[in-house]
Amino acid sequence: MASIVLCSALLGSCKQASDSHELVFWTIGREGEAVVKLLPAFERAHPDIRVKVQQLPLTAAHQKLLTAFAGDSTPDLSQLGNTWLPELAALHALEPLQVRVDHSSVIQPSDYFASIWSTNVIEGTLYGVPWYVDTRLLFYRNDLLKAAGFDAPPRTWAEWRRMLGALSDPSQHRYGVLLPTNEYEQLMSLGLQQDDPLLRDGGRYGNFESAGFKRALTFYVDTFRLQQAPAITNVEAGNPWTEFGRGVYAFYLSGPWNIGEFRSRLPALEQDDWSTAPLPGPSSPGVGVAGGSSLVIFRRSPHKEAAWKLIEYLSQPAVQQQFYDLLGDMPPRRSSWEGGALRDDPKARAFREQLEQVKPAPAVPEWERIANEMQLVAAQVIAGRLTIDQAAVEMDHRADAILAKRRWVLDHAAASHAKEPTR
Amino acid sequence: MNPQRTAWLFLAPALVVLGVFFLLPVLAALALSLTDYDLYALANIHNLRFVALGNYWELLHRPLFWAALGHTVYFVALGVPLSMGASLGAAMLLNSPLATAKPFFRTALFAPVVTTVVATAVIWRYLFNTKYGMANYLLGLVDIHPVDWLGDPHWAMPTIIAFAVWKNFGYNMIIFLAGLQAIPPDLYEAARIDGASPWRQFRHITLPMLKPTMLMVGILTVSGYFQLFAEPYVMTEGGPLQSTVSVLYLMYDEGFKWWNLGSASAVAFLLFVIMFAVTVLMLKLSQRGDQT
Repeated sequence: MASIVLCSALLGSCKQASDSHELVFWTIGREGEAVVKLLPAFERAHPDIRVKVQQLPLTAAHQKLLTAFAGDSTPDLSQLGNTWLPELAALHALEPLQVRVDHSSVIQPSDYFASIWSTNVIEGTLYGVPWYVDTRLLFYRNDLLKAAGFDAPPRTWAEWRRMLGALSDPSQHRYGVLLPTNEYEQLMSLGLQQDDPLLRDGGRYGNFESAGFKRALTFYVDTFRLQQAPAITNVEAGNPWTEFGRGVYAFYLSGPWNIGEFRSRLPALEQDDWSTAPLPGPSSPGVGVAGGSSLVIFRRSPHKEAAWKLIEYLSQPAVQQQFYDLLGDMPPRRSSWEGGALRDDPKARAFREQLEQVKPAPAVPEWERIANEMQLVAAQVIAGRLTIDQAAVEMDHRADAILAKRRWVLDHAAASHAKEPTR
Repeated sequence: MNPQRTAWLFLAPALVVLGVFFLLPVLAALALSLTDYDLYALANIHNLRFVALGNYWELLHRPLFWAALGHTVYFVALGVPLSMGASLGAAMLLNSPLATAKPFFRTALFAPVVTTVVATAVIWRYLFNTKYGMANYLLGLVDIHPVDWLGDPHWAMPTIIAFAVWKNFGYNMIIFLAGLQAIPPDLYEAARIDGASPWRQFRHITLPMLKPTMLMVGILTVSGYFQLFAEPYVMTEGGPLQSTVSVLYLMYDEGFKWWNLGSASAVAFLLFVIMFAVTVLMLKLSQRGDQT
């Protein structure tokens, strides 16, 4: 009787004690549906480990992870977007993984796309193993381009601008490209193509007044000013896939999941009319943003060994290929691209090229918020309320305010470092 | 045992629950609003600083706070009269002796209140889609240019007001209906015999008799509308250009999106102070109305 009372009082912990190898694995978005199909094979190979997958919706995941940390109820392992990784690393919520990687026969860092791997290294410590990658590039209508006299997708901004001009006809509601004004990834991709970093002084201040970022912002805003993109949000864009199919947009700057969307939403006859291309850069094919998700182990997990086994399993090229077949999430290992459906897929080829040329977003916990503010200010420029220069000043102003606490913590930590060794 | 002590004994369980789950969190939030509790403090409590009224000071210097307050006041100022007018109108129609199928209409008009806001907001988003929405289609029939309902900063808030009024008027309608049914019919009878027009009957019988109900409905609606959150959250995500960010939306963003619990608590208390002041003002005004 007493044990029942105790059990119900300490609900979770009792359950873990009775079944010492039940792993709690949090997934975000649709990955959860696909990954459960990969797990039976893992559980067959490791009969003592059972995996319990919990799916978090993308919109609530960030909040849920932080709440779990605050409430001391983090899972054993989780999928984590690589822009969120710095945040949880700053909380010391994650287990460093370098030692395990060094002893692993499955996970070979050199096989991974270098920039993607580096998004998991925060201040010299490895916290995650890339699970799938995501970068934004161009989806384009090759038939429309051909009809307008272009036989290849753009490689530079200048070429792209020419094509956008030729393919836009605002009076007919036809635009060169769809750039939803409430998504920051597009502007961020252009900003990352510059030599100037987005933040300066070790992530202490914004760097939006740099010449490079202003160049990117100008190009981005000009696209709206020239009416080559409609100034609408993704709420208004509603169903961009059929509109792309109807030729409302000739280009769509978006991510790999849309390969699957276009394949399932456009009729078979139109499947040859579209393709993908790496992002054009200021003067040559440019870099894209290194996005995607990693697998992380939480520091408080009592089953780190078992969690690591699951990460190793999910990192095998053969499993990653299966994962791609199930969902279309692109693998982060070069050898996973060598076989399976990915090798011969013409629509995936541009991603393969782009992935060798990606740059991570600044690795500070505040980045997501700064990027949001950046986009809000950019939307003001698009609406004609601010000039480029005013916007750059405003972005720096907002970024500096958001980073105030970080500056204090960094200075504070440096001052107290001598007294007590951290961690 | 004297009666007073017995009374406290019976009240105690309820008071304890209220204390633990209501008073304590409020006090904790008040304390939190005086600190800069954020992500870094969550990681390491040594990163927590006491900032006294710093959060409030910063908020009052933040254009977005004033913008959010402006949007909220706009929503209340336009939404409350519209909502109450719609409720009263619907209640009078339902109360009219000429009305048929009353139970059906009562249910139909009350239905939006009990449907979840997210489900209805999704439908409304389709209705007000610029290109494919029914709203613009109907306008097109009478040759009016399509309006970018949710994408234009000037139209987004009115659209949300229309949605909120539609969503909420049924609740007040039921209260008004009860109020109307409590008015003795012989008053109307006497007025009719004296030759009063329907408008005069409304002004001199219905309105005065409904006054206590109106005051209650008014206060409930105002305080409900000040807490505008779900509608912009689902319909526009605060956009376009943050034109539908309400005070509560700002609090949500600060607290749960960016985990700045210190400044989020400060937003909550500022909103509380504003709502408290408005309610007191409404009570004062109604009392003054009584004396004349």
